[in-house]
Amino acid sequence: MTGRAVRLAAIVLALAFLLALPELVRPYYVGLATRMMIFAIFAMSLDLLLGYTGLASLGHAADFGVGAYAVALLVLRWGVASAFAFPAALIAATATGALLAPLALRARGSYFLMITFALSQVLWSVAFGWRTLTNGDDGMPGVPRPSFGFPLDGTDPFYYFVLVLAALAALALVAIVRSPFGRALRGIRESESRMQALGYDVWRYQFAAFVLAAGFAGLAGALYAYFNRFVGPEYLYVIQSAEALIMVILGGAGTLVGPALGAGIIVFLEDFVSSMTEHWVLVLGVIYVLVTLFAPRGLIGLVNDFRQRRAEP
Amino acid sequence: MIWTIHILNGVAYGMLLFLIAAGLSLIYGLMKILNLTHGSFYLFGGYIGLTVMQKTGSFVLALLVAAVAIGLIGAAIERLFLRRFHLDELPQTLLTFGFLFIFSDLALWLWGGDPLMLDTPHFFERSVPLGEYAYPLYRLFLIAVGSVIAGGLWWFQEHTRLGTMLRAGVDDAEIARALGINVSVLFTLVFAAGAALASFGGVLAAPELSLYPGADFDTLILAFVVIIVGGLGSLRGALAGALLVGILDDLGKAFFPQFALFTVFVPMAVILVVRPTGLFGRR
Repeated sequence: MTGRAVRLAAIVLALAFLLALPELVRPYYVGLATRMMIFAIFAMSLDLLLGYTGLASLGHAADFGVGAYAVALLVLRWGVASAFAFPAALIAATATGALLAPLALRARGSYFLMITFALSQVLWSVAFGWRTLTNGDDGMPGVPRPSFGFPLDGTDPFYYFVLVLAALAALALVAIVRSPFGRALRGIRESESRMQALGYDVWRYQFAAFVLAAGFAGLAGALYAYFNRFVGPEYLYVIQSAEALIMVILGGAGTLVGPALGAGIIVFLEDFVSSMTEHWVLVLGVIYVLVTLFAPRGLIGLVNDFRQRRAEP
Repeated sequence: MIWTIHILNGVAYGMLLFLIAAGLSLIYGLMKILNLTHGSFYLFGGYIGLTVMQKTGSFVLALLVAAVAIGLIGAAIERLFLRRFHLDELPQTLLTFGFLFIFSDLALWLWGGDPLMLDTPHFFERSVPLGEYAYPLYRLFLIAVGSVIAGGLWWFQEHTRLGTMLRAGVDDAEIARALGINVSVLFTLVFAAGAALASFGGVLAAPELSLYPGADFDTLILAFVVIIVGGLGSLRGALAGALLVGILDDLGKAFFPQFALFTVFVPMAVILVVRPTGLFGRR
């Protein structure tokens, strides 16, 4: 079989497995799988920035949180129908990206990291401090799931809803990174000045990547608000951004499969560790150190190394 | 008069921020490491000082023990981990991030989740008259200590052999190495000294601001703003940025408590737009 056929078979098998999952496992694990897929969207959206454009953001939770808060605020505070609130949240997150991008893109490298971090903490401080609007650190419970003619209140219907959206998001991202636009992004990652010399308006490409990434992060955030039926300031907090970053790097930046896998692993580990101890943050820190030391190019990188070593003995 | 008080408060806080930002900035300037663990050095230093103070009652001892302990931890992190990824920014940042999380959770484990305050040293537990107000002496002491350390750092950088090596390393580490400067030892020294300075900040801050889980992240963010405003790698920038951010933060907390951070972040955004490398940063 050729590589292409193997890949196709793997995708079909994975899809069949995901479709059958609610029949195979207990509802608790269906919920866990739902969370994995939500964070897979989030991690893939960050990878568009980190892996494809070469911009390491430490504030990606800002867009995630805006998506989540938008559905909560629109429905609970302003009485908007939840079927409208959902697309509105995506627009809100995209708009946030468009507002933050010009500031963040003033800088590169460490400065970019610091600025995205600082900007996301501003949004966190608003969510945390503006108690009359957001309830501060108590958060907003009772976020209703939207209804598009079919109810999403059960575990299984919501799982399928997220599965469909995650699949669509993955397809859209694959289309984006394979398009000429995606190739240009990779060119910018490798050398900004060379792309500039070739006549590309580098800033506009980076801006577009930032805004697209924000939109997909907002989708993940809105879904997470529905999943928990709750939003709180921790959605915007640096730990959320940091988790996304390690999902991407653990899986392998610059591949969409890697971050999705990384998201699944981190969500699973968090669930597993939290059931045994309260020290998830400590474990997350250790994962950071271990991944950096032993798998700096992620699991996909390890697999590729292994393949190469077998190919040339 | 009320303005004088706000400015004094801001300068006192700014001096604390300077102690943290100075190390962060010099470490970046010399070895291009964005050290996120710096927030932990501040908080852990404060907690260690608190414990020493409770056991011995000596504020000076608290400062010294914290500085030595955090300095050693800093040196170990630099030698054992960061060194492996010389000039490779992303893995270095990730490592310091991992340590930030590890220390954050350890602090919660060891010192609990309630905010803790250090007793103000006995001598400074009084106020001095300032017009119709009484101003706490300890804050004036903070301003004095900060000024002395800033002056000392400047003198060290300009007038000592090690300071000259440091400046050479910041300008061009490769050439400095070629000229026979032991850059490797310099890296460890600067990292340890920066860590110790941050722990100093933590202990000095503890009688005024409480130590609490999350103070590491909060302080780190303000230190970031300081060096974004002042420019990475510049001592002067760190001082100017720290004073500006300290004053703006105090005014913000006094007049717009719900949006306190905004008075800090809006000027930061403006400076970024005008000068992306900060007030004193080099291109």
